Amino acid sequence: MSEVFEFTGENLAQAKDFVARYPEGRQRSAVMPLLDLAQRQNGGWLPDGAVGTIAEMLDMAPIRVLEVATFYSMYKRSPVGKHQINVCTTTPCWLRGSDEVVGACRNALGVGIGETTRDGEFTLGEVECLGACVNAPVVQVDDDYYEDVDARSMADIIEALKRGTRPPPGSQTGRQTSAPEGGPLTLTGEAAKPAGKKASKKDDAVEGSEAEASEAEATDAEAGEAVEPETVETEAVEIELETEVEAVETETEATETEATETEATETEATDLEAGETEAVEADDDEAAGDKLRPEKE
Amino acid sequence: MLADKDRIFTNLYGLHDWTLAGARTRGDWDGTKAILAKGRDGIIDEIKASSLRGRGGAGFPTGLKWSFMPKESDGRPHYLLVNADEGEPGTCKDRDIIRHDPHKLIEGCLISGFAMAAETGYIYIRGEFHDEANRLEAAIQEARDAGLIGKDSCGSGWKFDLHVHRGAGAYICGEETALIESLEGKKGQPRLKPPFPAASGLYGCPSTVNNVESIAVVPDIMRRGASWFAGLGRENNTGTKLFCISGHVNKPCNVEEEMSIPLRELIDKHAGGVRGGWDNLLAVIPGGSSVACLPETICNDILMDFDSLKDAQSGLGTAAVIVMDKSTDIVRAITRLAKFYKHESCGQCTPCREGTGWMWRVMERLSEGAASIEEIDMLDEVTRQVEGHTICALGDAAAWPIQGLIRHFRPELERRILDRQVSGPAVAAE
Repeated sequence: MSEVFEFTGENLAQAKDFVARYPEGRQRSAVMPLLDLAQRQNGGWLPDGAVGTIAEMLDMAPIRVLEVATFYSMYKRSPVGKHQINVCTTTPCWLRGSDEVVGACRNALGVGIGETTRDGEFTLGEVECLGACVNAPVVQVDDDYYEDVDARSMADIIEALKRGTRPPPGSQTGRQTSAPEGGPLTLTGEAAKPAGKKASKKDDAVEGSEAEASEAEATDAEAGEAVEPETVETEAVEIELETEVEAVETETEATETEATETEATETEATDLEAGETEAVEADDDEAAGDKLRPEKE
Repeated sequence: MLADKDRIFTNLYGLHDWTLAGARTRGDWDGTKAILAKGRDGIIDEIKASSLRGRGGAGFPTGLKWSFMPKESDGRPHYLLVNADEGEPGTCKDRDIIRHDPHKLIEGCLISGFAMAAETGYIYIRGEFHDEANRLEAAIQEARDAGLIGKDSCGSGWKFDLHVHRGAGAYICGEETALIESLEGKKGQPRLKPPFPAASGLYGCPSTVNNVESIAVVPDIMRRGASWFAGLGRENNTGTKLFCISGHVNKPCNVEEEMSIPLRELIDKHAGGVRGGWDNLLAVIPGGSSVACLPETICNDILMDFDSLKDAQSGLGTAAVIVMDKSTDIVRAITRLAKFYKHESCGQCTPCREGTGWMWRVMERLSEGAASIEEIDMLDEVTRQVEGHTICALGDAAAWPIQGLIRHFRPELERRILDRQVSGPAVAAE
């Protein structure tokens, strides 16, 4: 393995926490979270050094780590743009216009599928079903889902990203998550309060940005208030919305180099195939992966 | 229409607080200790009596599946594995459970884990569900902090812990033995069965893999009783079900409805009807991409459940309803699914690895009409050579949509070929 890769102190602690989730002697189970961690630390892709480091940490043969890194489409084996824009084009999204969304991306970025812009800002990808089909078309930008997208909103999202801002993820038409447009037709009893458009858009922003329980609790409570039409005026909601966007942006700094799914480049598709071929050739040394514990144990 | 009082997922749309405090106001974690006091057999019998069938696609009876776990441990730990690798095109229900009702899933994990004597559970969630996984981890931590799971879960004396394992973009990991391989830190390539996971699963220990929805409905079945659940739907097709209605409807949405609801009622009442009206309907894929499409004539009066759709040579699958109106290029739509399976084949079995690519390439030509009539039969024949000849069901899943297309839309395939022969460009060889 070529260049040396080392986890930062913080990530090393996180890695040990991942290993501790699995039984003694089964540290190999942590290979996927560790690869993800390394990729996030390394600007969205996995260098050979990371494969070697993780193999050593988990007492695995490097080929066993490498074949995991090439099998799963979310691991990238070559450099990617700062933002990865992955458009779902599987049938449910295609039926709702994903071709136009891909077209809008090509126009706005000047690159094709699997290519990265010259300034290194964006990599455009096409992905298989993202699992948000009732909000199709769906586009994943780094870790965030943008839903109910069309050519125009896609162009707006890219413009915003170019300006260094991050539009609120979730439905781009203001729908309340997976409820039908115009608001839920079920769960409308006393427990369920009607959701105004503004409020639901805000709630979507919460959806995509929050990571910690306490934080989310607070914001969810706000959302709960916001959906009471008689108590909250539109302006107030908009202000909250802006606050939310700021929060999202702040968090983005930490996550903007993070990686997301699938074949960003032609090379990677080849990598995947190579990985599958290796499976046939590689001899089975899985016992080796189980025999020792990681250093920290 | 199913009454709100019979709905299990009362925060389906995320209008309310998902945290433990909010979940408790919706009845979650209420009397869990008393449920556990019914004992392993008591719980399994109740789930059997409810006739709950797995919500992940195959529809295997959940209680029966649990009963395959060894009654006495031989020293090996037991594992509960929850399949949250939701990736079947058209399906987006587990995502809503995880982000809006995570405590239903966690409570279900405790109860079902207890019923199969598993002290550890892993929830395998697809890597793309980044925010959802974060929320799930936060909710699990809440449950730990509140003593609902842990050394003495809910004060029952039962030790149970739960972890989240994130996938990294491989549809095949939704297959239960591929999921286990992936959880062990390997490529997600399915295992030969037997041994079945209940005999030898994760780390060679007894394991049961259940879908998120199957587990998340367990607490409500235990609280309201098997007869309540069994009273909904039809015999052997009981309970409520989350439906995902996508494609050419006026208002795509997720909705919890009664099992066996007529397809037309589902689309008209909940999704605002087919775009352009019911008469504008071309076809529906009723259960996610792996099942055969149904033409409008069958859609008129078909019921949405396991047995009804099986009788129509399709399937309920994940209950992901993909609607296509008359503007749809249906050959293109199925070709795109063929490409999906080619992309997601793990490459282990030759019929699937080579067959998915072959089928996709022929479908590409058929969508242009660049084929001969005989090739339609050849394609059908190849799907049958793939079907049933692979370790897992991905080969079958790749074959069925194409078989459905040929079964119901053969005239359209032939028309394209003839049109091209008359007026189109010369047939290009591959």
